[in-house]
Amino acid sequence: MRTSKPILLVEDDNIDAMTVKRALKELNITNPLVHQINGEEALKYLRADNNHRPCVILLDLNMPKMNGIEFLKVAKADTELRQIPVIVLTTSKDEHDKLESFQSSVAGYIVKPTDYKKFVEAIRTLDFKRTALQQHINHGRQKMQNPDGGRRPA
Amino acid sequence: MRDSKPIMLVEDDTVDAMTVKRALKDLKVTNPLVRAGNGEEALTYLRDDNNVKPCVILLDLNMPKMNGIEFLKVAKADEKLRRIPAIVLTTSKDDQDRIQTFQFNVAGFIVKPVDYIKFVEAMKIINLYWTLSELPNSEQESTNANVQTDTACRR
Repeated sequence: MRTSKPILLVEDDNIDAMTVKRALKELNITNPLVHQINGEEALKYLRADNNHRPCVILLDLNMPKMNGIEFLKVAKADTELRQIPVIVLTTSKDEHDKLESFQSSVAGYIVKPTDYKKFVEAIRTLDFKRTALQQHINHGRQKMQNPDGGRRPA
Repeated sequence: MRDSKPIMLVEDDTVDAMTVKRALKDLKVTNPLVRAGNGEEALTYLRDDNNVKPCVILLDLNMPKMNGIEFLKVAKADEKLRRIPAIVLTTSKDDQDRIQTFQFNVAGFIVKPVDYIKFVEAMKIINLYWTLSELPNSEQESTNANVQTDTACRR
């Protein structure tokens, strides 16, 4: 990714979380992965001042306590959090889930391929998007590489 | 792109619009390109029910009449339009512009490379990404009432 900030993964399934971790490692993506198991835990992490703010949030939808759609409603109503791009990463092909996610202005909705190789390719494309698409921004101004404008202390 | 709906380009500069068209052609992206010269024209197109809603909006920022930020302010407050992913495609490197557009939940912010080959590379990634990602159904109604009914049914 373009920054060394963490990637926040919100996912209740441990095996799925390990798959993401493994794919990131395979693609030599060195950003630390912060894993939270539901929307509530994710909000807690994001709202704690001493935590690094993630460059992107990868969000599962079906989770206990606070699911992905509920998380989006809260995060996108929060002026501090709404600027962090959220990409839904789910097995749900439900049209309603898709619509609700885009109504909350997600930056993408990826249906997780069950095949591991295809999954790695999907993560590679995600990384391209985050890296290459922004590579022309602010040449040489390292501190400005995130949408929050680097205003928060590291 | 994942579906065959048009790509909307909101861009006042004719030469820049031609470059986008050329890049999409080079990449064999077959989605039709609908162009609006500013934010106001884009809204007029988007609000006309006879027009097919685009799968994504490529948005310039500096435009006369209604600029990109002003367009986002209106579109992201509109229940029917807010779901369409908007990607900023601009020459502006202004930090304020970038912070503001992310406040409006843009799906990307790309500073247009001046070099054509690099520009095609950027467009290639946009296309690759939006082929991987699902897109919203633009004609489907979204109401909170529906959500509540669904939840009630499941109980």
